Amino acid sequence: MTIAFDLTVLWAFIIALAVFIYVVMDGFDLGLGILFPLFPGKQDRDVITNTVAPVWDGNETWLVLGGGGLMAAFPLAYSILMPALYAPLIAMLVGLIFRGVAFEFRWRTRAQRNLWDIAFTGGSWVASLAQGIALGAILQGVHVEGRHYAGGWWDWLTPFSILTGVSLVVGYALLGATWLILKTEGDLRDKAYRISWVLMFAMLLAIAAVSLATPLLPLQYAQRWFTRPAIFLTALVPLAVIGVTVLLMKNLAQKRDGWPFFLALGLFLLSYTGLGISMYPYVVPQSVTIWQAAAPERSQLLMLPGVLVLVPLILGYTAWAYWVFRGKVGHDAGYH
Amino acid sequence: MFGLDAVELARAQFAFTVIFHIIFPAFSIGLASYLAVLEALWLWTGRDVYLNVFNYWLKIFAIAFGMGVVSGIVMSYQFGTNWSVYSDKVGPVIGPLMAYEVLTAFFLEAGFLGVMLFGLKRVGPRLHFLATLMVAIGTLISAFWILSANSWMQTPTGYAVNAEGQFVSVDWLEVIFNPSFPYRLVHMVLAAYLTTSLVVGAVGAWHLLRNPHLPGPRVMFSMAMWMAALVAPMQILAGDQHGLNTLEHQPVKIMAMEGHFESHKDGAPLYLFGWPDQAKGELKWALGIPKFGSLILKHQIDAPMAGLDTVPRKDWPPVPITFWSFRIMVGLGMLMLALGLFSLWERWRGRLYINRGLHWFAITMGPAGFIAVIAGWITTETGRQPFTVYGLLRTADSVSPLAAPAVGTSLLAFIIVYFIIFAAGVLYILRLMAEPPHAGERGPSGEQPTRTAGITPAAGVAQGAGS
Repeated sequence: MTIAFDLTVLWAFIIALAVFIYVVMDGFDLGLGILFPLFPGKQDRDVITNTVAPVWDGNETWLVLGGGGLMAAFPLAYSILMPALYAPLIAMLVGLIFRGVAFEFRWRTRAQRNLWDIAFTGGSWVASLAQGIALGAILQGVHVEGRHYAGGWWDWLTPFSILTGVSLVVGYALLGATWLILKTEGDLRDKAYRISWVLMFAMLLAIAAVSLATPLLPLQYAQRWFTRPAIFLTALVPLAVIGVTVLLMKNLAQKRDGWPFFLALGLFLLSYTGLGISMYPYVVPQSVTIWQAAAPERSQLLMLPGVLVLVPLILGYTAWAYWVFRGKVGHDAGYH
Repeated sequence: MFGLDAVELARAQFAFTVIFHIIFPAFSIGLASYLAVLEALWLWTGRDVYLNVFNYWLKIFAIAFGMGVVSGIVMSYQFGTNWSVYSDKVGPVIGPLMAYEVLTAFFLEAGFLGVMLFGLKRVGPRLHFLATLMVAIGTLISAFWILSANSWMQTPTGYAVNAEGQFVSVDWLEVIFNPSFPYRLVHMVLAAYLTTSLVVGAVGAWHLLRNPHLPGPRVMFSMAMWMAALVAPMQILAGDQHGLNTLEHQPVKIMAMEGHFESHKDGAPLYLFGWPDQAKGELKWALGIPKFGSLILKHQIDAPMAGLDTVPRKDWPPVPITFWSFRIMVGLGMLMLALGLFSLWERWRGRLYINRGLHWFAITMGPAGFIAVIAGWITTETGRQPFTVYGLLRTADSVSPLAAPAVGTSLLAFIIVYFIIFAAGVLYILRLMAEPPHAGERGPSGEQPTRTAGITPAAGVAQGAGS
């Protein structure tokens, strides 16, 4: 596998980065929604939503960048993948709508608060499951003819895509639980520790299942992973997963609040790297490469300075916003 | 489904979701600027009433902004899900503009929103004001890019078509600053300001009816009526200029707006009302002022004007919708002007806070901005049919290869979800509006200083600097 470095590769990296930042930032938000049923108390729920109330808007914006960026840099891929993923994407959007408005609405009503809490949970579940299913549906390949998606509107639904969907729900839940360890205290934090243990094992199971299932797909993933010399490089990924897991277990056992969240993110980064190895250089597996899908150079060039200057700036002021609301969130420090 | 084909369903879905979406930006663009002005006045004068009104509207802003964000994400994915051929062909031109909107505007708004909503005590008034300002600027930058993208679809310039049939940019400045963009941008930003001032004015008026001495409602009503009186005439002027620009670049849209089925060699009438019959190609029961159409559009009473009879039928936009939505927008604009002038008169007579007739008028006009914005967008978007890229790419050739049941199902889902969300959101906003702003009004964070805490801007600045 040789990587010819050019503008298109850079753009593929930028889009992949935007998607990963989205997963990092919105993953734990959605995870909190997934875990909501485990915290039935009103006070706990107030604290949980308050840990992300000031930042969830920004977190979700990365999803818009992922979609908008794909359209701008790889319009052909955007126009093939979006119709192929129609049902899961619409479900994701509807889920995100309920999840998003519930943040605001649950503070504005006493009578219907429970309903919006259900909307918050349901929206988070649906959006996470849909994102995972979409991922699986891309990995298993879509039917392309000419410049169009040529499959049906249920093609995305397979055992494999359900597996990736459930896996992502588990992963987001782990991010949510470890986020609570980082941001809360007392009984709430202790409960988050207990949940994190369970979810960590569930996530390992999910990673193993997806890793075993992917090479079985009727595509060339097995060849990508298991031939020499690539195998020496790709073998590092599972080894690193084991290493991070050991560290995560150690920090969970010693109750060091600051670490589990970032180690859980480490697991995500490794899984994502594995995904990158499987996909590259295709953007629609085995049918459209990044070069075939790339926008004309003039389009790529126009956006380049914007991305190179603005993304660091965005990361800067986003970090500032997180810094302003740093530290543990107690029962009394409600933002609402 | 619903007796419609896949293209019509996709159009219905886009129309429904974008109409729902535009309500919130139209409000939050104006409200963000209003909040920045209120906070500046508070910092400058130190008067608590400005902080109280600021916190009052901040809570409403939080709800409206949240609804704008979630309905906006739908838009950014819908280009791909439902208009994939369009995305493939136009993505190289439109995509970068929208990417810049995300990078320069959405992140700016979302990044500083948390501090704006919840951070006054944590960062101090000056940094907090900076955050408010960033959010307000973000909303305007967002308007810049999205209106540039929309305007390019109406009046495409600076492009070429490559071997794959994609539109590609030849000159980015010509793409961004295409001929209709400046007019559309000014018209929309003014519309947002006008919409917000009508809402603020209606809320102020509602509370003045019950008690004309409340300081908060007096501030709101006075500021809102100044805004209406100043912006309504500017908007009418801007709209007229925009119309002339449309006549130059999209004459067929003007024919539909004016109901000009037939050509007029020596001066076209201005039809006030009538019943456009698309099938027969005539305006029934037309009521018009002779020669006035040419006077307004060409500034010359006998100027000839071509009608739809010079255009092939397959290129006709849906005339009745364009015709009627245009009249709704213009009619409401005239009422806004009337409200502004009425308020000036009453202000001059010293009866601004006590004239109940004025207050009721302002309350009735509360939702008028939203209706006018929606009607205006329906006019411009329907009037450029049957094209997505004007004259170059047909709507029917832009749609995704999806089966009708798929699109019908998603349309139904959006309709149900949006009605639930909209009903709840409007209910909660109206509930907040039902109370006047109080002394020591709390913001969304509930951690605002009360009067007894005695935190003034000056002390707040010192505290902010010290922490």
